[in-house]
Amino acid sequence: MKYEPVIGLEIHGELLTNSKMFCSCSADYGSAPEPNSNICPVCTGLPGAMPVVNKKATELAALVGLALNCSINKHNTFARKNYYYPDLPKGYQISQYELPIAEKGFLEVNDGSENQLNVRVRRVHIEEDTAKLAHEKNYALVDFNRAGVPLLEIVSEPDIRTVEAALDYATKVRAILRYLGVNSGDMEKGVLRFEANISVRPVGSDEFRTRTEIKNLNSFRALVRASQYEIERQIKIYEEGGTVVQETLGWDDAREVTTSQRSKEEAHDYRYFPEPDLPPLQLSDAWIESIRSQLPELPEAKTARFISDFGLTPSEARFLTSERTLADYFENVVAKSKSPAKTIHSWIAGEFMRYLNDSGLSIDDVTLAPETLAKLIDMVTDKTIGASAGKTVLTELFKNGGDPAQIVKEKNLLQMTDVNAIQEIVTKILNDNPKEVDEYNAGKETLFQWFMGQVARTTKGKADPNVAKELMVKGLEERKK
Amino acid sequence: MTQTIDTKTVKHVAFLVRLGISEEEAQTFSGQFSSIIDYFNMLNEVDTENVPPASDIANAENVLREDVVKPSMSREEFLKNAPNSERGYVKVPTVLGDE
Ligand SMILES: [Zn+2]
Repeated sequence: MKYEPVIGLEIHGELLTNSKMFCSCSADYGSAPEPNSNICPVCTGLPGAMPVVNKKATELAALVGLALNCSINKHNTFARKNYYYPDLPKGYQISQYELPIAEKGFLEVNDGSENQLNVRVRRVHIEEDTAKLAHEKNYALVDFNRAGVPLLEIVSEPDIRTVEAALDYATKVRAILRYLGVNSGDMEKGVLRFEANISVRPVGSDEFRTRTEIKNLNSFRALVRASQYEIERQIKIYEEGGTVVQETLGWDDAREVTTSQRSKEEAHDYRYFPEPDLPPLQLSDAWIESIRSQLPELPEAKTARFISDFGLTPSEARFLTSERTLADYFENVVAKSKSPAKTIHSWIAGEFMRYLNDSGLSIDDVTLAPETLAKLIDMVTDKTIGASAGKTVLTELFKNGGDPAQIVKEKNLLQMTDVNAIQEIVTKILNDNPKEVDEYNAGKETLFQWFMGQVARTTKGKADPNVAKELMVKGLEERKK
Repeated sequence: MTQTIDTKTVKHVAFLVRLGISEEEAQTFSGQFSSIIDYFNMLNEVDTENVPPASDIANAENVLREDVVKPSMSREEFLKNAPNSERGYVKVPTVLGDE
């Protein structure tokens, strides 16, 4: 029997606010100099402390809801999610339960075979992050700097049917959060975390079988590997006539297996009840519209525009729009350049990204001005310099800055376009290498690259490659016996 | 007599809040919880057909603060209230059943 997975994802993302969700302590726990330095009675759960909602956090949460095509609940409320754990100072987490800030959205994702499908977003709600626990041998150490940092939980419906679609959904949510500037997407720092709910069923069936929930997925790799592992584990159970137990699983990154956390199972009873310390949020239509007006052009729309305006292929456009800063950079170069947008894409996707990857830099680190890159690309387009000289100049610009024209002059990189000069070089190479010429004409066609290599060496890569190629073909033809 | 809250429920709730209770205490609380719940159950006699659920008793809404950082309390002050600390962290026992 063939099985298919049924996957739902929960994505937890911190919101980039200055202060915490319910108190005025700094939310920037990453740069806190010492443990327990950004704390107050509210975020450490001291008796009598009263939480007050961070206005900015509600705006960012609504922005995310709208970007995920959700409707905003004009009346939304906070609730206490009760559980007992040392990273939770109050013994409950303030969250949203019955009336989250946003619900019933969707996101279009790709299932791995170029098919688009809509994954419904069940809800987007506001909650607070927990403290950080450091496990020592016989005890644990608690740092409350992260406790109370605004956290958004984005819950999908179980609409995902392939691991590829799960990856695409998670990737797109991350891109949207980054586009909105509400989350850095830096998974290594733990600002974004995934949980996957997984069950499997025979292909063609529409039943929902028992699902398991995998926690602690702190990278895209972990999401993919854990999902694959869990799907295979469940299929094997059914094939052997067994039953899947509903449980919470952890993902062991080192051993690449899911592990049962059954001991916590009974604790899964959160006894939600309305948070008596926080009045409901009452959002007006005008407020919602003012948030909607702050929505930037999102990745999907930008991709569509890049395809229609710049004649790019879908995959080229998707690459450029994967990061807002990259897309902006590309558009700035296009605006300053006379070269076709396709050519500019080739440069950015090629040499430009290669340099960034090799140097461990991201697009946000680039100081090279778009107009400078535009100038360089134009010099290659109008054949002032050759493509390989262009790469040399680009590396120089990245390393030391400067002006492309000046660098070309200093390094003597002007392209040789004079047909007579190139002819002279080609003739000399052919005369100096009669053996290779005979071999080539006897059928060893791979030697052609060797001849072109000789031209590149003699001219230091400056000869116009098209002219050189044409002359070389002609010269070899003439020497055919 | 059957209780609204049986000893099994009492033990479960005790587990949720990590309180150890004896069988005898479970019996006692079962009776006490039941009489409290039964008392509140009188509220079920009120017709609330057309009343929306209350989520707040003060009739307040939109109590919000600007996203501005204010100085935190001193760590020394905070740690004074912690039963145990180490290098500025609060020290707690290892949690059973944890990774
Ligand atoms: Zn605080």
